[in-house]
Amino acid sequence: MARSVSIQRKIGMTILAWSVGLLIFFPILWTFLTSFKSELQAISIPPVFVDFHWTLENYRTIQTQSNYLHFMMNSIYLSLGSTVLGLIFAIPAAWAMAFSPTERTKDILLWMLSTKMLPAVGVLIPIYLLFVRFGLLDSRLGLIVVLFLINLPIIVWMLYTYFKEIPGEILEAARMDGAGLAKEIVHVLAPMAVPGIASTILLNVILSWNEAFWTLNLTTSNAAPLTQFIASFSSPQGNFYAKLSAASMLAIAPILIVGWFSQKQLVRGLTFGAVK
Amino acid sequence: MGQIHLEKVRKTFGDVVIIPELDLKIEDGEFVVFVGPSGCGKSTLLRLIAGLEDVTSGEIMIDGAQATALPPAKRGLAMVFQSYALYPHMSVRKNIAFPLKMAGMDKAEIDRRVDYAAKTLNLDAYIDRRPAQLSGGQRQRVAIGRAIVREPAAFLFDEPLSNLDAALRVGMRLEISELHQRLKTTMIYVTHDQVEAMTMADKIVVLRAGKIEQVGTPLELYTNPQNTFVAGFIGSPRMNLLSGAEAEKYGAATIGIRPEHLRLSTTEGDWTGTVKVSEHLGSDTFLHVETPVHDEPITVRADGEFPIHAGDTVYLSPQQDKLHRFNAEGLSIR
Repeated sequence: MARSVSIQRKIGMTILAWSVGLLIFFPILWTFLTSFKSELQAISIPPVFVDFHWTLENYRTIQTQSNYLHFMMNSIYLSLGSTVLGLIFAIPAAWAMAFSPTERTKDILLWMLSTKMLPAVGVLIPIYLLFVRFGLLDSRLGLIVVLFLINLPIIVWMLYTYFKEIPGEILEAARMDGAGLAKEIVHVLAPMAVPGIASTILLNVILSWNEAFWTLNLTTSNAAPLTQFIASFSSPQGNFYAKLSAASMLAIAPILIVGWFSQKQLVRGLTFGAVK
Repeated sequence: MGQIHLEKVRKTFGDVVIIPELDLKIEDGEFVVFVGPSGCGKSTLLRLIAGLEDVTSGEIMIDGAQATALPPAKRGLAMVFQSYALYPHMSVRKNIAFPLKMAGMDKAEIDRRVDYAAKTLNLDAYIDRRPAQLSGGQRQRVAIGRAIVREPAAFLFDEPLSNLDAALRVGMRLEISELHQRLKTTMIYVTHDQVEAMTMADKIVVLRAGKIEQVGTPLELYTNPQNTFVAGFIGSPRMNLLSGAEAEKYGAATIGIRPEHLRLSTTEGDWTGTVKVSEHLGSDTFLHVETPVHDEPITVRADGEFPIHAGDTVYLSPQQDKLHRFNAEGLSIR
C-alpha cells in the first residue's frame, strides 16, 4: 500500500512540476512561436499554436530595418563593463567584511541591500539631470557606471556569502605551512574563491543584459543596447507582434545560450551560497 | 630541536582576559598535553605558540631564540587542526607536498618525502584523491602527513581526534603515540579529554580559566593532585570529593578518595550506603552508592562479577594511604 501511495505521489509531483515549469516557460515559448508567424497569424483569434506557415520573414525584416550587431555590441560592452567595474570594488569590500568583520558589518550589508528597495524611478530625475550636466546621456560610460552601481549591492552580497564559506582554519593552515600573504592568495584563496566569483560574474552579466529601465531612459542610439532594439519594434506604427517577438528572441538568445551552459553555477549563485 | 619557553605570557581580547600571566617550559622531545574544560584557554595558548594569535605581553622563545613577533610561517612549527583544514582543491599528494613547495624544496626531494610519509601513514592508495573523497580517519592522516614531511621543530595538535568516532579515536591515539616515539620530536597536544591526556602525555598541563593548575606526569597528577580541581578532573570515573563532618574527622575541609581506593563490603565498613545504580563494564563494575556522609552518590569500583544489585546495602571504607586531604582553599594538605 505504502508503495503505491508513494508512486501516485511521485506521478502527481511530476505532473505538478512540469505544469509549473511550462507555465513559467510559456511566455518565452509563445514569443519563440510568434516570431515565426506572419503578422496576421500573430494576432489571429483563436490563436494558432504550431499549425501555421513557419517563416523566417520577420528575422529578415528586422535585420534590414535596424542594426542588430550594433545593439548587441552595446549590450556586451555594458554588461561586461559594469561587471568588471563591480568586481574591482566588490571583491575587496566583500573580502574585508568576510574575513575581518566588525560589529557594524551586518548593518553595512543591510544598508547596501536597502538601496535596492528604492524604486528606480524615484531617482530617475536626479540621475537624468546629472547625466545632462556631465554630458553622459547616450554614452556607454555613463550607462556602465549606472549599471555597476545598481548591481553593486548584489555583487557584494554574493561574494560576501561565498567568501564566508571559506573556512578560516584552512587559511591558518596555509600560514602554518609557510605561505606568506601572496602565496596564500595564489595557492589557497584564489582557487577556493574562483567558483564563487565565476557565478557572481554570470549573474551580474545576466542582470545587466536584461536591465531595461535605465538603458531605455538614458540612451537613444549610440549606447543603446538590445533592450532599445526590442523597444524600437513596439510603438510608432502600432504593434507588430511577430517582428517584436523576433527581435526579443534575438535579444535574449545570447544570454539564453550562456545561461544554458552554466546552469549549475547559476543555481548556486541564485541561492546566494545558502546551500553547500 | 624543539624547546619552547613561555615567559609571562598574557592574552586579552579587549577587556576579556583569556590568559592572565603564564610561564611554561616545554623541553625538547616532550609530549605535552594541555588539558582543561572548554573555555579554559588551552586552544588560545596553542595558537599563541603557533603565532596565529599575538601575545598581549610576554615572550615566546623557540630553541632559545626570540619568536614572539615571528609570523607562523617563520616559527618552524607544524599544526594539525580539529577540522583537519585540508586544501579542498588539492589531491592528497599536493596537500602533503604543500609546505615543502612553500619552502622551495626541489621536486625530487618533495616526491621522495611525500611518498615516504604516504607510505608510513598508509595513504598510498589514496594519494591522487581529493579530501572530499576520504573518510574522517584518512583526512586526519593526511593532516598528520602534511605536518610530518616538514620535519618541524614541534608539532601542535588542536583537538585532532574530536571529530572521529570512538573506535577510530583509540586507534589514532595509538598511532600518534607511536609517531612520537619514532620521531622523538616535541609535540604539544590540546584536548578536553583527560583519557587522551593520561594515555599520551609525558607531561600534562592542567588549565583552568587561563591559569595553570598543575604540571606533571600523568601519574603525578593522579597520585598527587595539588588541588580539588585537578583531583576532580584527572581520573575516570571522577574522584569522590566529600566535605563537611566526614572531612573534619581527617582535619581537612575536603577529602578526596578515588572509586578504586574504596574497600567494598556487604558486611562491615566505615560508611553505610544503598546502591542506586550499578554500571557493568565487564572487567569492572561501578556502583553509585547513596550514603548519609555525602549528599551526592559516592562512586566505587568493584570487580566485574561483584554480586550486587540496585537497592542492596553496602559498606565502604576508604584506604587511608590513598586518601587526599584539601584545605578550605582547595589546596592539597601534605
